[in-house]
Amino acid sequence: MWSNFSFNPVAASTGAVDYDQLWMFEVVIAVIMTVLIFLAVFVFAIKYRRRSPDEPPPKPIYGNLKLEIFWTVTPLLTMLVMFGWGAKLYYEAYTPPKDALQLYVTAKQWMWKVQYPEGQREINEVHVPTGRDVAVTLASEDVLHSFFIPAFRVKHDVVPGSFQHVWFHATKPGRYHLFCAEYCGTDHSGMIGWIDVMTPLDYENWVSGAGEGGGTMAQQGERMFEQMGCSTCHLANGTGRGPSLQNVYGHPVQLDDGRTVLADEAFIREAILYPNAKVVRGYKRDIMPNFQGQISEEGLLQLLVYIKSLSAAPQTPSPAVKPGVKTSLLSYPKAASTALMAPVARKAPQQ
Amino acid sequence: MADSTTTAPSQGELEHASALQHQFDDPLQQYDSSTLGMWTFLLTEIMFFGGMFGAYTIYRYKYPEAFASTSHYMDLTLGAINTAVLICSSFTMALAVRAAQLGRKRAIIGFLLGTLALGTVFLVIKGVEYHEKYVEHHIPGPSFSYPEHPEYAHTAQILFFLYFAMTGMHAIHMIVGVGLLTTLLVMTIRNRFSANFYTPVEMIGLYWHFVDIVWIFLFPLLYLIGQHA
Amino acid sequence: MSTTVLEQPRVHEPVNYLNADYGWKSWLFTHDHKRIALLYLFSITALFFVGGFFALLMRLELLTPPGDLVSSDTYNKLFTMHGIIMVFFFLVPSIPATLGNFCLPMMLGARDLAFPRINLLSWYIYIAGAIITLSAVISGGVDTGWTFYPPFSTTYSQTHVVLTAVGVFVSGFSSILTGLNFIVTVHKMRAPGMTFMRMPLFVWSMYATSIIQVLGTPVIAITLLLIGFERILHAGIFDPKLGGDPILFQHLFWFYSHPAVYIMILPGMGVISELVPCFSRKRIFGYEFVAFSSLAIAVFGFLVWGHHLFVAGQSMYAGMIFSFLSMVVAVPSAIKVFNWTATMYQGSVSYETPMLYAFGFIGLFTIGGLTGLFLASMGLDIHLTDTYFVIAHFHYVMVGGMVMAYMGGIHFWWPKISGRLYPENWGRFAALVVFVGFNLTFFPQFILGYHGMPRRYHAYAPEFQVLNVLSSAGASILGLGYIMPIIYLTWSWFRGPIAPPNPWDARGLEWERAPSPPPTFNFETTPIVTEEAYNYANEMEAHVGG
Repeated sequence: MWSNFSFNPVAASTGAVDYDQLWMFEVVIAVIMTVLIFLAVFVFAIKYRRRSPDEPPPKPIYGNLKLEIFWTVTPLLTMLVMFGWGAKLYYEAYTPPKDALQLYVTAKQWMWKVQYPEGQREINEVHVPTGRDVAVTLASEDVLHSFFIPAFRVKHDVVPGSFQHVWFHATKPGRYHLFCAEYCGTDHSGMIGWIDVMTPLDYENWVSGAGEGGGTMAQQGERMFEQMGCSTCHLANGTGRGPSLQNVYGHPVQLDDGRTVLADEAFIREAILYPNAKVVRGYKRDIMPNFQGQISEEGLLQLLVYIKSLSAAPQTPSPAVKPGVKTSLLSYPKAASTALMAPVARKAPQQ
Repeated sequence: MADSTTTAPSQGELEHASALQHQFDDPLQQYDSSTLGMWTFLLTEIMFFGGMFGAYTIYRYKYPEAFASTSHYMDLTLGAINTAVLICSSFTMALAVRAAQLGRKRAIIGFLLGTLALGTVFLVIKGVEYHEKYVEHHIPGPSFSYPEHPEYAHTAQILFFLYFAMTGMHAIHMIVGVGLLTTLLVMTIRNRFSANFYTPVEMIGLYWHFVDIVWIFLFPLLYLIGQHA
Repeated sequence: MSTTVLEQPRVHEPVNYLNADYGWKSWLFTHDHKRIALLYLFSITALFFVGGFFALLMRLELLTPPGDLVSSDTYNKLFTMHGIIMVFFFLVPSIPATLGNFCLPMMLGARDLAFPRINLLSWYIYIAGAIITLSAVISGGVDTGWTFYPPFSTTYSQTHVVLTAVGVFVSGFSSILTGLNFIVTVHKMRAPGMTFMRMPLFVWSMYATSIIQVLGTPVIAITLLLIGFERILHAGIFDPKLGGDPILFQHLFWFYSHPAVYIMILPGMGVISELVPCFSRKRIFGYEFVAFSSLAIAVFGFLVWGHHLFVAGQSMYAGMIFSFLSMVVAVPSAIKVFNWTATMYQGSVSYETPMLYAFGFIGLFTIGGLTGLFLASMGLDIHLTDTYFVIAHFHYVMVGGMVMAYMGGIHFWWPKISGRLYPENWGRFAALVVFVGFNLTFFPQFILGYHGMPRRYHAYAPEFQVLNVLSSAGASILGLGYIMPIIYLTWSWFRGPIAPPNPWDARGLEWERAPSPPPTFNFETTPIVTEEAYNYANEMEAHVGG
């Protein structure tokens, strides 16, 4: 039981390295404060111990305003640094860069189903290359789960009824834990897997060798697009009952109520499941049937990849323009919520 | 602690003394405490209903069309009658408190009965409304159906669920209020109140007014908004 | 004076609240806040050990990586029921219903609380809630986690969710009524001369706690009702497949449950504010700051609930506001720690059992609070949330903090409550055992969490075993540390030396104007207060009794 033990967990991504810096800052502050308090209590308890039961009572000290202000303001300022640094780290952690390699993960009780754009599928295992940004779209078939990779310091709940996102940039080849981190029932602690980080060359080999007969996700999505009847209305030339989906993903869309929204992942999902929520200008309401309950989460992801493939825009959820769909009033997709901030200039990856 | 007087206590003071609980020094302290206690309790009730109002607001905003569709099934006439009924019952309750202040036992009984009657009318009308919903299969659960707009069926069910939750909680509070009023009636008949001591009447009056106010918020939110949509 | 007196002859024993009346009816139908406090003390202790027993089973299971002691479903029920019982049936009522009930009226110079019958009703409601919840436990348990997150709780769990939700719902009213009672008592029942700024700080803490209880508990009540109805009717309010939003539940749940954690620490802070001055023989440093920091915690505590939703899919901007406010809410707690420490400066410090618990509190609450900052910092929370780091954090504040304060308070007021002295050496020994056991149990969990061990895990990766073994070893020591006081306090109730009215030479109306134990109506005559609290600088004139 002693063998795999070390004090520092491995930091296998750029994000993990950034994370550990703030972690260490807070550890240092915490240790300093703890030592100060422990020492003060210890020293006062001994230095001012009662030496005889009859000794006269000490003089009262009512307080000291300057001291109170000092030890109110100093912690507050320190904590504001923690807040600001943490907010920055959070923003970066949840703002996927453009042109990331996109993967699709569906969670269900009690396994992780991974779909690669090239068509491979895996269960409880995710292969990724080093030196590249990788973005993962998360969907759940049933209850809340949480996608957690400790080595990358990455975690996000997988919320049924919506797409959520994480991204990372792996730096060290190896095999790292994948855990479900939101209690989801009987086998929650068994809903674990592995992230296999490979060098770019090894990853290329793996990707080309491990293809499945089903074709790429985009091809699977296209087949479903036809089978479900979408192609009868969404004609490519725009003359059908529904808008053409050419070049829609990743671009702004005008709605019939005058708003302009970004056609991001959440928009596509909502359009399939709640078609009347947003209707494109020039098209009628109440025509498109809703497919709630008829398409699995994995199927939705395949359709999503197909629709993305019809567009020249970057495939990862982009924060470039005004927010798209609020999948719920309370849960803005990360793309939406970062829209008001200037896009972060990404450092060139180390590799 | 209150000084004892050397003269024989008056009828009022005897009633005082018997109503004064041991933990209080004087009747004013007892009255002040009861009042603060009841207001604090009503504050908790605001928080209780607040959760439901919050959920309702969020879903209404999220599903405006389903909401507009379901609001057509709210019976505006019955709702308006109920609003008038409750406002009148608050009036009779206020008159009952006034009568208690003046020590007029028969008036108290009369106004309490009036409040009780109006409260019961409210509940009966509510029952009629619920029955309508039952007949239309709008009660959430296995028997729910929404054939007119199947694409909203799920969200309509959520909205009806919130309708029943909010009006149902309100109705439960009304039923409790009716029980409290009955108790007050019995106490009045048994001469428990006088111009010097009528705190329970006033406290239950506060409760009744609060339940009325909750309805004053429910009525526009559930019945009025969305009628035009 | 003989310490082996078995029983005082009744004819010489003064009439006090314990012997004023006998028989089960005099206890079960009492209006006396002190007897009600004892009713609560007994029930809460029993439930503490039920919850503790579940924790023991969990820690036994976690000695080895595979899930080999109990099945997954059983383990899931264990952590759920441990959480529900400890939060709703132990921590929330603990100090308020026992020490608060007992001491608050006396500290204010009152004969009883404002509403004694509501106080008794509050205990009955607590018992009803406990019976309902325990019947859920016995008839198969519940496995949703104490947080009841849907859709699992509403649609997938196969256990007694509704019954448990009803039990917790019922117990909430106990909390509301206690809080209401305290608020009215503080406002209306203070003795002549007892201004707000002369009140003991324990009262300030209880007042702040009561505000939270009164405003927050109704929200969990309606939330649990919605869960119950949803489970029965499947209307879809939290089910995404029917248009509902699971995150709405999380907002509603944490809107109460975050302030609830302040319910579970403010009373403890209040106790420490009494212990430190008494055992330093010195008035508290910065009275106004400590008093107002309690109110600040109560107010700001309502504004931070979203820090439980940083990775849940909440808007990033909302998250930033919550993170900022979470930092702000930490400041008043820090102020208290500094003021307690400063109280000891140039004091006359002694090391009786209550003070040992106070030392433990200051140290462990500091660690717990500092680790909260890691979680409040959004970027760090991403990795740490839902891991053992969070578990360690909240056990440090709740157990290392609140429970130690509770133990300190029980020991401090024991002579007043029971009229007996507990054995001091056993008290100190148990305090040390608790301190050692606690740290051994929970410190390794910070490391486990940072290394990525998720919470609510029945089986875990082998590299986590070392730290889990340490933690389980600590838990067994901690358990012993809690069993010891049960034994010696019970012994002292019947066989302990008779206590003088004020064995600690403490300040406060309950010590200075009432015998130990007090009579049913507390004071012979209503005290009139002419000086501020914590007047330790004056040697007290001897007065016994009221």
